[in-house]
Amino acid sequence: MSKPQKQIHLAAHFPGVNNTTVWSDPEAGSHIEFSSFAHFAKTAERAKFDFLFLAEGLRLREQGGKIYDLDVVGRPDTFTVLAALAAVTEHLGLTGTINSTFNEPYEVARQFASLDHLSGGRSAWNVVTSWDAFTGENFRRGGFLPQEERYSRAKEFLATTLELFDSWHGDEILADQASGVFLRDAKAGSFVHTGQHFDIHGQFNVPRSPQGRPVVFQAGDSEEGREFAASSADAIFSRYATLKEGQAFYTDVKNRLAKYGRRHDQLLILPAASFALADTDAEAEELARIVRRQQVSGATALKHLEFVWNRDLSSYDPEGPLPDIEPDVSDDHISKGRAQVRMYRDPLATAREWRELAAANNWSIRDLVINTGNRQNFVGSPETIARTINAYVQADASDGFILVPHITPTGLDAFADKVVPLLQEQGVFRTEYEGPTLRHHLGLAHPDDVRDEQRVAS
Amino acid sequence: MSPSSSSPSLLHLAVALDGTGWHPASWREPEARPRDVLTAGYWADLVAEAERGLLDFVTIEDGLGPQSSHFLDPDERTDQVRGRLDAVLIASRIAPLTRHIGLVPTAVVTHTEPFHLSKAVATLDYVSTGRAGLRVQITARPNEAAHFGRRTIPRIEAYDSPESQELVTDLFDEAADYVEAVRRLWDSWEDDAEIRDAATGRFIDRDKLHYIDFEGKHFSVKGPSITPRPPQGQPLVTALGHQTVPYRLIARQADVGYITPHDTDQARAIVAEIRAEQETAGRSDELLHVFGDLVVFLDDDQAAAAARRDRLDTLAGEPYQSDARVFTGTPSQLADLLGEFQAAGLTGFRLRPAVLGHDLPAITRGLVPELQRRGAFRTAYEADTLRGLLGLDRPANRYAASA
Repeated sequence: MSKPQKQIHLAAHFPGVNNTTVWSDPEAGSHIEFSSFAHFAKTAERAKFDFLFLAEGLRLREQGGKIYDLDVVGRPDTFTVLAALAAVTEHLGLTGTINSTFNEPYEVARQFASLDHLSGGRSAWNVVTSWDAFTGENFRRGGFLPQEERYSRAKEFLATTLELFDSWHGDEILADQASGVFLRDAKAGSFVHTGQHFDIHGQFNVPRSPQGRPVVFQAGDSEEGREFAASSADAIFSRYATLKEGQAFYTDVKNRLAKYGRRHDQLLILPAASFALADTDAEAEELARIVRRQQVSGATALKHLEFVWNRDLSSYDPEGPLPDIEPDVSDDHISKGRAQVRMYRDPLATAREWRELAAANNWSIRDLVINTGNRQNFVGSPETIARTINAYVQADASDGFILVPHITPTGLDAFADKVVPLLQEQGVFRTEYEGPTLRHHLGLAHPDDVRDEQRVAS
Repeated sequence: MSPSSSSPSLLHLAVALDGTGWHPASWREPEARPRDVLTAGYWADLVAEAERGLLDFVTIEDGLGPQSSHFLDPDERTDQVRGRLDAVLIASRIAPLTRHIGLVPTAVVTHTEPFHLSKAVATLDYVSTGRAGLRVQITARPNEAAHFGRRTIPRIEAYDSPESQELVTDLFDEAADYVEAVRRLWDSWEDDAEIRDAATGRFIDRDKLHYIDFEGKHFSVKGPSITPRPPQGQPLVTALGHQTVPYRLIARQADVGYITPHDTDQARAIVAEIRAEQETAGRSDELLHVFGDLVVFLDDDQAAAAARRDRLDTLAGEPYQSDARVFTGTPSQLADLLGEFQAAGLTGFRLRPAVLGHDLPAITRGLVPELQRRGAFRTAYEADTLRGLLGLDRPANRYAASA
């Protein structure tokens, strides 16, 4: 008995501020002009992708007390650029990463509900958390939140916004010109929320949007993050795009769903993945090598090591051996505002492991970073990439991928033209959109139907 | 100095978009489309109409609570339009569909973050390629404060009591700080900060990015922005004022102030007050527009306009009242009135259509041609940016010289 083929979900991540983007490539265009975002979004929609994804960073990264200057710096406001993209696309989902620490539920709920109305039901929210005082220095609230409370605030933040979305049911607006009744219910939008982090009440002023609520994504890999996603998210933006790691993560998270009364298909797992695509596998391997060397200059390699060493390593030769001094394990970190800082939880062990790897392979600092860093997940001809992506999804390493091209804004064009048709031929990727909303693309029920289902069941 | 009637200088025209129009019964008119107010298509059609009329810009009203006929509280009425979308997002949704017209959403600054708003309006400037603005608004409503739960706003009992004046002054001072932080963030990147220097591997010249280090009574912001300096350098900042305290905000921080004079003497007096405050603020060399706000019922003959107003008042159950002067009449009569106000020192007007579906096309297809016949309004868009349309230069970056 063969099981039915899973349908693949594909999304496009407009590369933000890390060294994915090869900005020095002559093909690279603007990373900030709207025309770049429009080109990227239209390509994704032409390829029938589920959605476009934007990451977030609310303070410019620093290293050694100075603004980091080696990668792309600067990006637009998430809500605003997604609203504009709704004007140049018809079907593509619009997913924005919005921080639950440096925002307030009422305002974020207004913005997402507005985006959902203005896009005809295509909005999604990647809920992230933050606690650091560094980012907080840009906000009224400041860096007020103890790290251990960040998920508790995030959970309550999300719950509160869901209460606001649900404060309108969708049938309140009558707008009967003859009788003069606009609203059926003067109390539409009423809410009261009393909790540890938020104590708010009043009336929400955005009526129910086409999707009822935006689709909810979660990113974050900790134990709390996985539980948060299993309990509350529609999809996870994960970082395990390899077969084995992907399967382990997939199994772990999907198995957590049952305790929240949820089915396997109510949470999609979508890792970020990069790719190197060329006419032949050999050409793609060569392209991948070139891209990696462009992404990791000598200076970038040293900066990358500084995340672990927590020291100024600028005097080292990136083409030479790894530093023989030990990482500084004090809390005061040399690098601020980067997610990677938290990836290396045991710097001493990481340094030891890297030294061993470098010695065994005769790698320089730069070689090490090139070989241990984010290599392209999919390398090959269109046939190879289509086959590999499909194999991973059918083997439950994920439900699909969020592709991050290394060139802005044309980096998806070849994938759309050459890989997508192959997936369509295999019958594992849509040739037409299933419906107008992102929930249709992702196969997620409308929250009102879920509510009705639960009402019937109880 | 004062323009003669034979050679009037051009005036500027904006239109204020709110729901189905400014009359509370406007949604009951046949052209009102009350069921479409939450759709992108509705706003796209309105802004396209305004652009057809070569207007300088549209403003889009907003608020952090339900609309209300009371000044300070929700009214729980069911016979008027309730519910609205975020104005910055409406403006952004419309931006790619238009080419020339300025887009000026309202933003409430009392409960929001200057860092977020700064990058949102900068992004609106990117997506509109230089046509973004901002209308700054405060809120003294206790119910809206309760939506955020971060501060309580004491109820204003008597407007002229010292406590009320103190509260209002504090909210406007905070607004001035807010705009200052927003403006510094727009300048926190120099225009040529992105260098893409392959030789040194540097994407930006970090010496051209600046911490703004804003410290105020209510908040502090470190900076720099995460969004590069927008196309206009400084998008347009606008504010509405009815008394000295907000006039001071206009004089200190705005590019366009909206005022609500009911006659030309009042207009002259308010303009004089704003100009004096502008001098006190050290900005007398900067172009600061003072626009008059007017609610308009426009028809081809005056009786029709008056009858329409009566009909709407009957539907609403009470005569329409406004902070602004309410004009009821023909395009030609309105053109006369605007000319008189212009001679009293106003440089433009923000018209509030009583019924958007009726009075907006009456502005673009009736008033505009009338003004053009008189040589008082443009016959084609003469600039690509909103600042350009208003005769405002692209400002130098405040941090560039200090580097």
